[in-house]
Amino acid sequence: MYLLWIAFAIIGSVVGVLVSAKAQDQGMMIHGMIFLGASVLAAFALISRHYSSRPAVVVEPGGVNYNVDIVKAGVIASTLWGVIGFVAGLFIALQLAFPVLNFDLPWTSFGRLRPLHTSAVIFAFGGNVLLATSFHVVQRTCRTRLAGHYAPWFVFWGYQLFIVLAATGYVLGITQSKEYAEPEWYVDLWLAIVWVTYLLVFLATLWKRQEKHIYVANWFYLAFIVTIAMLHIVNNLSMPVSLTGAKSYSLFSGVQDALTQWWYGHNAVGFFLTAGFLGIMYYFIPKRANRPVYSYRLSIIHFWALIFLYIWAGPHHLHYTALPDWSQTLGMTFSIMLWMPSWGGMINGLMTLSGAWDKLRTDPVIRFLVTSVAFYGMSTFEGPLMSIKAVNSLSHYTDWTVGHVHSGALGWVAYVSFGALYFLVPVLWNRKSLYSDKLVNLHFWISTLGILLYITSMWVSGILQGLMWRAYDSLGFLEYSFSETVEAMHPFYVIRALGGVLFVIGSLIMAYNIWRTIRGDVRQSEADSLVVNAEYAMGK
Amino acid sequence: MSYQEVSAFAQTYGLLYLFGLFVIVVAYALWPRNKDKFNDAANIPFEKETNNGQH
Repeated sequence: MYLLWIAFAIIGSVVGVLVSAKAQDQGMMIHGMIFLGASVLAAFALISRHYSSRPAVVVEPGGVNYNVDIVKAGVIASTLWGVIGFVAGLFIALQLAFPVLNFDLPWTSFGRLRPLHTSAVIFAFGGNVLLATSFHVVQRTCRTRLAGHYAPWFVFWGYQLFIVLAATGYVLGITQSKEYAEPEWYVDLWLAIVWVTYLLVFLATLWKRQEKHIYVANWFYLAFIVTIAMLHIVNNLSMPVSLTGAKSYSLFSGVQDALTQWWYGHNAVGFFLTAGFLGIMYYFIPKRANRPVYSYRLSIIHFWALIFLYIWAGPHHLHYTALPDWSQTLGMTFSIMLWMPSWGGMINGLMTLSGAWDKLRTDPVIRFLVTSVAFYGMSTFEGPLMSIKAVNSLSHYTDWTVGHVHSGALGWVAYVSFGALYFLVPVLWNRKSLYSDKLVNLHFWISTLGILLYITSMWVSGILQGLMWRAYDSLGFLEYSFSETVEAMHPFYVIRALGGVLFVIGSLIMAYNIWRTIRGDVRQSEADSLVVNAEYAMGK
Repeated sequence: MSYQEVSAFAQTYGLLYLFGLFVIVVAYALWPRNKDKFNDAANIPFEKETNNGQH
């Protein structure tokens, strides 16, 4: 197997050289070089590993030699990509408020940096959190080491390469212009290979589990991995113009293309940003609160209802378009039905704290986790509401949508991730506690204030925008020109950017706290009051 | 396949299929004999020694 991986790295280098040399466009030439560089680094790492002495096998208290290093790498990558993605978001928020920040250059224009932000936060930050937590949870709840020796590292580094190729591509102007699926055909192929390997590593770990029952968090992770593989492959079916050129044409056209895209797009929300992060909720909230999930039976109903309903909800992104009316109504109906599993899951997460609500006061990490579930409930209430055609006629294409996405992305996805990262760092590096709980608390309040500024300003701005668009004067003419609506939204754009500043500051506080915890430091002024890592206490 | 055919299928067999699946899931989750199994499963995240006695 070892030689096979080296062979892959060498083949990768050759492919990189050939593509770069024969490239039809500048973007492909640069991407060929990046691929070459990554392949050479991989070959170097593999070969040098052969000559370095192997570390002694450390058996954990539970008697299993868990693969901790891969989870550590995922935690560090998540933290770094998180900060980068939030800063990119802040920058484009400032561009909207102050257009001079586009600098009149193609590479720094809003149109190119916006996908850089969305991909950085969803795929780089969220994706690495999901990689790290899924690898941690599947090992711990199956009581077995992660399957594969090199395969998990291929998944990790291959995924980072995907992010780098995607991000550099956006800045260079390479896009297939499908929202959340912007990378071109060759980057899509690369991600497909990485993702299928991820699925195989996960399945093989489940296969050799030492625990009879597969814990519910793994069901959510598995649904996330399988469904993303299916969505990614189908939505990106396309024909490249040249094997050494970046441009390709989609297999679908017209309204079929739009429907396939939003089948993909909405299930990226449903399975990447929801099912995967529900896996986090079902493991990390019970662990941190040190009590089992409120109702395991409800979690089973939650799982099956959620995955069977979500897959149908995509058409609500295409209300009042060329999509047949009946399929718009179908998408709306399934979105409304999603209220039930979403709120069932929210209740299950929140009620896990039942009888231990005092932890909300004493443990700032629990505060992150519980607040995330509250935001999950709020944004999954708002989403179906916005999918109702009458509401959508006001909200669609306005900032209300942007506000809704961020209440889910910042409040739910980022908060549950922060909670999981704060939990994981002392566990993985075997520290007694975090460096500081007070800094966690500070991070919580600063970023909560940031989220509130963000979503409230976008509500006002979105509804204002929607009402201005549909206002008519007594003669039947439109009351406002488009630029008047843009002018009216300026104050809210400034408020939104201020919210972004607070959120970025919070993430920097987290990065500092995680770095000090990894170093093994403890803030002396709160040394006696820190929440103790339960696994450390048990190991002693 | 026309819209009429698709919708006729969806409103009969499609409805029965999804509702049938839902009934099976609920019955599986609430079946009295599965109670102990699920209570054990809920404690999987905790190491065997420290499951808080919540069996």
